[in-house]
Amino acid sequence: MTTLPPALSDWFAAKGWTLHPHQRAMLDRSDDPATLLIAPTGGGKTLAGFLPTLAELGPNPPPGLHTLYVSPLKALTADIRRNLGTPIEGAGLKIRVEDRTGDTSYTQRRRQRADPPHILLTTPESLALLLSYEDAPRIFAGLKRVIVDEIHALAESKRGDQLVLQLSRLQGMNPTLRRVGLSATVENPPALARFLAPNTTILEADPGPDPDISMLETEAPPPWSGGGGRYAIPAILNQVTRHKTTLIFHNTRAQAELFFHDLWLQNTEDLPIGIHHGSLSREQRERVEQAMTAGALRAVVCTGSLDLGIDWGDVDLVIQVGAPKNVKRLVQRIGRANHRYNAPSKALLVPANRFEVVECQAALDAVRAHTLDGEPRGPGPKDVLCQHILATACAGPFDADALYAEVITAGPYALLMKQEFDACLDFVATGGYALKAYDRWRRLKQTAGRWHLRDPRAAALIRQNLGTIIDTETLKVRLKNQFGGTPLGEVEEDFAATLTPGDTFLIGGQVVRYESLREMTVEVSRTPGRDPKVAVFNGTKFATSTLLTDRILEIFQQDSWPDLPAHTAWWLSLQREVSRLPDPHSLLLESFPHDGREHLVIYGFAGRNAQQTLGLLVTKQMEFQGLAPLGFVATDYATLIWGLDPVTDPAPLFDLDTLRDGLDHWLAGNAVMKRTFRSTAIIAGLIERTHQGRRKTGRQATFSSDILYDTLRRYDPDHLLLQITREEAMRGLIDFSRIEQLLARVGPNIDLRRLSRVTPLAAPLFFEPSRIPVQGEGRDRLAMTQAQQLMEAAGLA
Amino acid sequence: MHHALFFHGETLHLLPSGALYWPARRTLAVSDLHLGKSERLARRGGMLLPPYETQATLEKLDRDLEHTRAETVICLGDSFDDLAALNGIEESSRLWLIRLMAGRDWTWITGNHDPGPIDLGGTHRAELRLHPFTFRHIADESETAEISGHYHPKASLAGQSRPCFLADAKRMILPAYGAYTGGLRSHDPALTTLMARDALAILTGRRALAIPMPR
Repeated sequence: MTTLPPALSDWFAAKGWTLHPHQRAMLDRSDDPATLLIAPTGGGKTLAGFLPTLAELGPNPPPGLHTLYVSPLKALTADIRRNLGTPIEGAGLKIRVEDRTGDTSYTQRRRQRADPPHILLTTPESLALLLSYEDAPRIFAGLKRVIVDEIHALAESKRGDQLVLQLSRLQGMNPTLRRVGLSATVENPPALARFLAPNTTILEADPGPDPDISMLETEAPPPWSGGGGRYAIPAILNQVTRHKTTLIFHNTRAQAELFFHDLWLQNTEDLPIGIHHGSLSREQRERVEQAMTAGALRAVVCTGSLDLGIDWGDVDLVIQVGAPKNVKRLVQRIGRANHRYNAPSKALLVPANRFEVVECQAALDAVRAHTLDGEPRGPGPKDVLCQHILATACAGPFDADALYAEVITAGPYALLMKQEFDACLDFVATGGYALKAYDRWRRLKQTAGRWHLRDPRAAALIRQNLGTIIDTETLKVRLKNQFGGTPLGEVEEDFAATLTPGDTFLIGGQVVRYESLREMTVEVSRTPGRDPKVAVFNGTKFATSTLLTDRILEIFQQDSWPDLPAHTAWWLSLQREVSRLPDPHSLLLESFPHDGREHLVIYGFAGRNAQQTLGLLVTKQMEFQGLAPLGFVATDYATLIWGLDPVTDPAPLFDLDTLRDGLDHWLAGNAVMKRTFRSTAIIAGLIERTHQGRRKTGRQATFSSDILYDTLRRYDPDHLLLQITREEAMRGLIDFSRIEQLLARVGPNIDLRRLSRVTPLAAPLFFEPSRIPVQGEGRDRLAMTQAQQLMEAAGLA
Repeated sequence: MHHALFFHGETLHLLPSGALYWPARRTLAVSDLHLGKSERLARRGGMLLPPYETQATLEKLDRDLEHTRAETVICLGDSFDDLAALNGIEESSRLWLIRLMAGRDWTWITGNHDPGPIDLGGTHRAELRLHPFTFRHIADESETAEISGHYHPKASLAGQSRPCFLADAKRMILPAYGAYTGGLRSHDPALTTLMARDALAILTGRRALAIPMPR
């Protein structure tokens, strides 16, 4: 039981503030070694985390770091610094609060190492860097508390795994360190508690009233297919005028861009509306955040980039455009509206097409029934462990047994075997190759039992590569003018490679014309009112949860659909008439010709990743049968394959043993695996991150990680990184378990329908981006035709 | 399947592997093998890449030699990633290379990565004239009937980027043959200024395919 310093209680009283019960409870439990607080947004969760710190530090604290606060967002640390400053200054407490992120100046960071503040606000990446310095034990000596904010979000990614490994280091330096996790509503609090620390007390605040949530009614029905919800713009603008501030969430950046562009064309009242997503330049994003904080915006079109972060008290409506994919995330997004404690959040769902109407209905039912989805994450990834070992070596010599003992105190690594740890250590030290080629050039050496860097100068390079966020290769986009150009944002390198001068695309809501590529920067000019070629941003793609797909299949089985809007009910009837609706007991396949190609649709409802794997495995079999598949695209509910010849005998394509064999065989060479390998290789420290500057000079020197992947597969198939890549892919991008569930569910009931044209349910698939080409005979046939045409056009053949 | 090209009165086979074969002289030319690259990176930078690229490159070369039965081999420079690379490669790879060289007329042309002689058999030269061609590492703008390497050209067809040969009436540039090599897009000014407007790009891969050089 801790009490607040009188100056602070007086200040709270003068302001008329009283502590919420969960804030009081945090003070009461402040001696517990670990506490997880689950509270809705707006419940003063962050202050609850800091109250014990303020109480312990008191009005005149001695120097030294007392509390470390870690947040997933840089913007959040700056915001917290301001928010904490108010009561600290108001009560006249002599407590120093500073933030430290990638944006903090060099001099400031140096000074913080020499003379740390009482409270340091940081991110997992900056903490990793701080812990990799030789003087880390001195900086963190005397640390009493660590607060992890938005821990539910961190726990879903490798950033969280990295963070808990760091906590184990900190605990090693300060055995009495107490941990606090702050979280939004989650489906499995005990699992999150174990993630934070071995013995964690769980405090659950009053979740507040149920949200006021419904589907947006529009005059025009949603389109048959496509995404983005642009048909709903008039109805959405109407809602914006009737609320103070609205957040309009989209699932992808490209959709946010297209929506924003059209929104402006229809915004006849000139409502101030901004756009915010991860591909925009920092300057652009900050401008929107500031305008939002100042209350100058009526709405912001955004993506997951605003899922977390600054509390904007004035947001009174959240609109989710497009299928929510995951009920838990939807509930957390809804929580962004109305940050007043104990007031219901208001949210509207806008399905982008008629299929999504069904998914939105399924999500509404789930939210009302208080069911949340979520799948356990599995053991801590080993690439993160490799990086942790390397970072530890940067800080100074270490004892392997002691480090292992420390690592297994971290929740995700609790079951890690010593043998697995040793394999990671060997990889870090020697590369871990079957061919022992690097005896003279190993990274780590052992002297008197302790491991250390062979060449201490390597530490600088290792530090540059710390972190688990892997960016896609992007190029900056600048508006070309005589002053060097205004930065607009970034596009993917692959997308930039498809551009030729004169092409137009959308970025930051404006249509721009591609002029040239200069020194790794895409130069563009403004071009008003032309039809843009859409920018393909690689937004994070979540798979629709099993909970939602199960509910959708249930809805399909109804005789009629009184809960669904009439247009959607009619569309489902039409599908039932033309073909049939998928059900939980069989696997529906549709086959039809379209646009000169043969198509096959697999309605597996297994989520995007599993449907993608199904696409890879089935096309592999089709290639084997000589059906010349050309490519496929996967969504959460179906896979669409196109090729030169039709499928007539589907059963062999879906034999579980054949699929498993294919998986082993194919696990080998596809693009998904190569993408997984690239992130794993960067995180584990095999290859360096590509920095803009480095790439500029790289030219012939740099080669793709795909080459390394192919080489390892061929010459060292049991290498640790290939094992990690396989594990990662199986649980992430491959998601084979959901294919197994699917095939177990349907048994031998595979129903192939041959149709003359695209069916109502199949139509949306044709608008999906991320089409994956199949490299095989079909593509060779096409490439030869194309080469022939090019040569003829040039008069050379 | 190779692509046959008539160049200065001679028929040349551009192999899908990236090697050039001159049947009339039973001569095989390859460029930019960069043998020993992973060892050099480990020595210099601390990155410990899979140490198999020398093996991979030699396997490919072995296959091409067996398939073409070439009697003369010309390596167009940057055969070794640096002058010390030969000491770093595995003994087995070194013996393998010596076996490939045995009984063949073998020329090492110096490149910017391997600017001096290497302690290995064969002939070492800055350039080689073999009528009607001149073989060298970096193209000389004033030369004709020239065959060179250095640039690691690549080009895209049907959405795929691949190492490629570049050829016009005066010169031919070979793709990099080594396993760990990146590439320079044919759009790069270094290549568009060097090659004539009507140049061809012949892509490597499952089969060699000729297209007008993308620029």
